[in-house]
Amino acid sequence: MLTTKEEKIFRNIAYILLICGVAITLVPFIYMISASFKSQIYTFEYPPRLIPRDPTLVNYIKALGKDLFGINLLNSFFVATVTTVSTVFISSLMAYAFSRMRFPGKEVFFYILLLGMMIPPVMLIIPQFIIVKNLHLLDNLWGLIVVYISVTLSMQTFLLRSFFETIPRELEEAVLVDGGTRWDIFRKIILPLSKPGLAVVAIFTFLYAWDEFPWAHVAIREGSRRTLPVAIALFQSQYLTQWGLLFAATTVASIPAVIVFVIFQRYFIQGVITSGLK
Amino acid sequence: MEVKNKILDKSFLKKILSSKGAYLLLLPGMGFFFTFILFPLIYSFRMSFYKWNIVDIGASNFVGFSNYVRVINDPIFIRATLNTIVYTLMTVPGQILFALVVAILLNQKIKGRTFFRVAYYIPVITSWVVVTFLFEYFFGSQAGLVNFILRDMLHLVDKKIMWLTDPILVMIPLILLGIWKGIGWSAIILLAALQSIPLDLYEAATIDGAGIWHKITKITLPLIRPTLVFLVVVLVIGGFNVYISGLLMTKGGKPLDLSHFILTLMYKKTFTYLDFGYGSATSYLLAAFIFVVSVIEIKLLRRKVEY
Repeated sequence: MLTTKEEKIFRNIAYILLICGVAITLVPFIYMISASFKSQIYTFEYPPRLIPRDPTLVNYIKALGKDLFGINLLNSFFVATVTTVSTVFISSLMAYAFSRMRFPGKEVFFYILLLGMMIPPVMLIIPQFIIVKNLHLLDNLWGLIVVYISVTLSMQTFLLRSFFETIPRELEEAVLVDGGTRWDIFRKIILPLSKPGLAVVAIFTFLYAWDEFPWAHVAIREGSRRTLPVAIALFQSQYLTQWGLLFAATTVASIPAVIVFVIFQRYFIQGVITSGLK
Repeated sequence: MEVKNKILDKSFLKKILSSKGAYLLLLPGMGFFFTFILFPLIYSFRMSFYKWNIVDIGASNFVGFSNYVRVINDPIFIRATLNTIVYTLMTVPGQILFALVVAILLNQKIKGRTFFRVAYYIPVITSWVVVTFLFEYFFGSQAGLVNFILRDMLHLVDKKIMWLTDPILVMIPLILLGIWKGIGWSAIILLAALQSIPLDLYEAATIDGAGIWHKITKITLPLIRPTLVFLVVVLVIGGFNVYISGLLMTKGGKPLDLSHFILTLMYKKTFTYLDFGYGSATSYLLAAFIFVVSVIEIKLLRRKVEY
């Protein structure tokens, strides 16, 4: 694409720029981790030091031992896991119907569902609050789960449908000829062949449920039912300048998301590209 | 052979046409969707025309458009709208520009591409709550790195700037955060678009003696135009929906409700003052605004690719 000499210079510039960019991207996280190992007095040290003086684990011990932090962590795991499993199941059923079956009203249902991709979730918080209150699910982890499933459903169904469409139909005809049912097709052909698609859906849903703040902030008041993002936000307003403690908590909260992402990044990027998901 | 195919087609068709099964598959998903998305959407529309009584819903009064009139004439809402527009106007070009640079660089034959991709994406997957506190620490705390760089390293200012307590200055960390957190996502989308451009176009340009800048402006940009349009539309929607960072960094619009975004104002009016009518009207105004802006963007930007 470029002449050799030009190419060489350009590539070297590319490396330098990319490394500078990565530094700007990652420095905040490095500072976060660094501050989480500083004892309280050193978090105010000016100029701010990147390498902590006398690194200490005291913030982690304090944060994890903090009355509810452990419970909040478990709540987050519970909500994210149940949401993920349910969404993968429900959206794959819907995607199958939309990609393989013909039924009256299919188009209408599909467009209504697409509407869900265009509505900003925060806009629905007020009526959702009233509905969930009437279902007696406020201050309840299930109140989070049902809304999370609903919010992610449109996107995930849309994504899975496009994965299912890439599977050749000849395979299914073979199953039908052998006397198999639709359920056999779904279980033995569609699901195994769309593993990357299912992985994408699972990762996105997990990260969404893990990071979600606005709805959890409104729907949960009771400290012991909070998920991590809300717990951390309120934690900060309570211990305003205890940066070490706060960053120990945010580091712990970020680790699962980063691990999930790094392991599955190949699928993840494929998913971003197919669907434009955030 | 032909006969066999026909029979096969028929039985296949019959199974397809038995639509009871399809509805059964849609039932759980549509149940969730109607209960928690579609019904709330309609419910909220209705609320926006009522003086909503949260204790006794039956006692709510129909007030026509007065909630909307109240919102539009509220100076706090106007200020919040201006803040939101400024935020969007700064973050959308910022994200696209930096993402484009990153994507073009990543599209070269370089080593460690996976590492770079992962690294640039980390801010995207981190919770808004976490990254907002990070930026507060850099801009606001006593040991804030930003003031250190500006004052003690570059000597650009002679005293520490109070970034977080001034309603105008606080927009700067919020905007920088918005750009920083979004670059990775846009870069991945752009990288995919770049990879679909055939290499021989560049080779032909090289033979014609075109330089890098020429290649980017004459080949790359026109060819990825549809992706750029998509990004502008999606990022503008995201910009108007800015919420968590504002809520946490300004502690809910402080000082004096001057630093609100539209959604943080909606949150405060609804859940602090329990003015549900005002809140619903605000979200519908926002949705209408987003819709109109998106349509205009698509109309303006989506011209046919010419070459």
